[in-house]
Amino acid sequence: MAIETALKPASPGHRRTRHQNRNSVRKAGGRLWIKIAVTFLLVIEVYPLIWMFLTSLKSNSDYLNNSTWSLPTTWEWGNYTEAWTTGNIGLYVQNSLLAVVPALALILLLGTAAGFALQIMVWKGRSLTLLVFLAGMMVPPQMILLPLFTVYFQAGLSGTLWPLILTYTGTGLPLTVFMMATYYRTVPRELFEAATLDGAGILRAFWTISVPMVRNALLTVGLVQFFFIWNDLLIALTFTNSQDLRTIQVGLLNFTGDFGATQYGPLFAAICINVFGTLVIYLFLNQKVMKGLTSGAVKG
Amino acid sequence: MHRVLGDRRAIMILLGPALLVYTLIMLVPTVWSLGYSFTKGNSIDGFTGNGLANFTRLFSDQAVHDALWFTVKYAVLVTVGQVIAGYLLALLYVFFLKKASALIRTLVFFPVVLPTVAVGLLFQKFFQVAPQTGPVNSLLNSFGLESIDFFGSAGSAFWVLVSMDIWRSMGFYAVLLFAGLVDIPDEVLESARLDGASGLRLIRHIVLPLSLPVLMSSLIFSINGTLKVFDSVVALTNGGPGTGTTPLTLYMFQTSFTYSEYGYGSTIALLLTVVCLLVSLAVYRVSRRDITEG
Repeated sequence: MAIETALKPASPGHRRTRHQNRNSVRKAGGRLWIKIAVTFLLVIEVYPLIWMFLTSLKSNSDYLNNSTWSLPTTWEWGNYTEAWTTGNIGLYVQNSLLAVVPALALILLLGTAAGFALQIMVWKGRSLTLLVFLAGMMVPPQMILLPLFTVYFQAGLSGTLWPLILTYTGTGLPLTVFMMATYYRTVPRELFEAATLDGAGILRAFWTISVPMVRNALLTVGLVQFFFIWNDLLIALTFTNSQDLRTIQVGLLNFTGDFGATQYGPLFAAICINVFGTLVIYLFLNQKVMKGLTSGAVKG
Repeated sequence: MHRVLGDRRAIMILLGPALLVYTLIMLVPTVWSLGYSFTKGNSIDGFTGNGLANFTRLFSDQAVHDALWFTVKYAVLVTVGQVIAGYLLALLYVFFLKKASALIRTLVFFPVVLPTVAVGLLFQKFFQVAPQTGPVNSLLNSFGLESIDFFGSAGSAFWVLVSMDIWRSMGFYAVLLFAGLVDIPDEVLESARLDGASGLRLIRHIVLPLSLPVLMSSLIFSINGTLKVFDSVVALTNGGPGTGTTPLTLYMFQTSFTYSEYGYGSTIALLLTVVCLLVSLAVYRVSRRDITEG
């Protein structure tokens, strides 16, 4: 190359075309490479879910005897009713909702109020209190299970969904308080001073002025906590000691042992039911979910 | 001026309930669990003092050594895998797909919100040999290779677990790191390009150093989560074959609830907490030094 240029002093124009040529060759090669990468990505992300859905519609003999790639020979939608009723998935979903909804309401209510008290209200020791809440994010849940188990047992709460609701609320609070306090940072304090001058109490101002102002944040934090609680296995596994109390995750885990051990179609249907719940939420609110989950990570 | 905002009664009403629930559910049990470490027994049979016996047992227990090693091995591999895969995806989004990346970003993020139990069972079936040859083994067969019993040995089960958790969470780190890459000012990239940096050199000398802070916070976040791995293991292998894929969390759970040894279970939980704290502290200090020096 060096000799070449020394021998014939190429015109600048000539050199540029050659350079451009090489660049465009590399670019085309690059584009192909990227297409392959994206295709591969799509296949590994989407195919397992499609496969799962197709398998959920197969009959047992179809599943056992035909290739794993094949479409269902008959579309067995009955697998879903089978999973829902005989496999008890309906009951498990109901239990999950009964535990998640109250816990979520408590987390949001208490967390927002605490976030307000820690960020808008002015008092000594509030940054220390926030740190105390933050410390809770460092503690692995394994650390609190055994004492809680003892307390719930002695209080006669085992056999109800209360242990789940209370534990979810307690473990959900640190992140919620922290995120809400961060959101309140964008709300000017003067607003509340002005409001209270007009005669409204600060508690009223919290509820009627501040809560509507952070309702977007409430949705974001609510979604984050919903996925944490809905997908939780450890706490649910610890505190659900009877089959009637199982949440969807515990139920699905035991499904393989109880009934799904030989009923493959219903087993896949049960997995699908579990996945579709989150899929529906994700379809409508994916941008909020992505923003919420990642902002929780950055701040945590 | 701040009189209204310093109203003690209002502060108590707003903060009180959250602080109370948090204290009762998180703080008191944590200290209580520390106390359990010096006892033996369970909540049904009662507890008796046990001195330091749990701790001497902890240090000589081969199962604890294995579980700790498994936890560390898993956490390091998955953390590195998640963050590298996430970073590559983020680079793909920012520099190659550009505006078209929103759909792919959303799609690759989806497994993050999937229930781990569902994903675990799905992967179990996806990699299975019997009763049906799963897709992965079918693929191997179509290349003329023998089926592999992935869950028959701890080694291969471990790799399925690692791939599953990277699959599950790379979209999350991609979005996290994507946000960091988008924050790099265009002028910086443009002037580097004018200076002749392109492709890999641009990434290595300009983009990588600038995204180091967000890479570090991803690492801290990831290692904190992976050290506590539980759901994925329980759903995929349940610790097996044998105890070949048992992390500390699962060993703690089995000790406590299968064998009803609450005292020893608490001691293992304490070990887990200490490991988490030490590792976060170490990563945090290293990252601080890197950022200030780099």
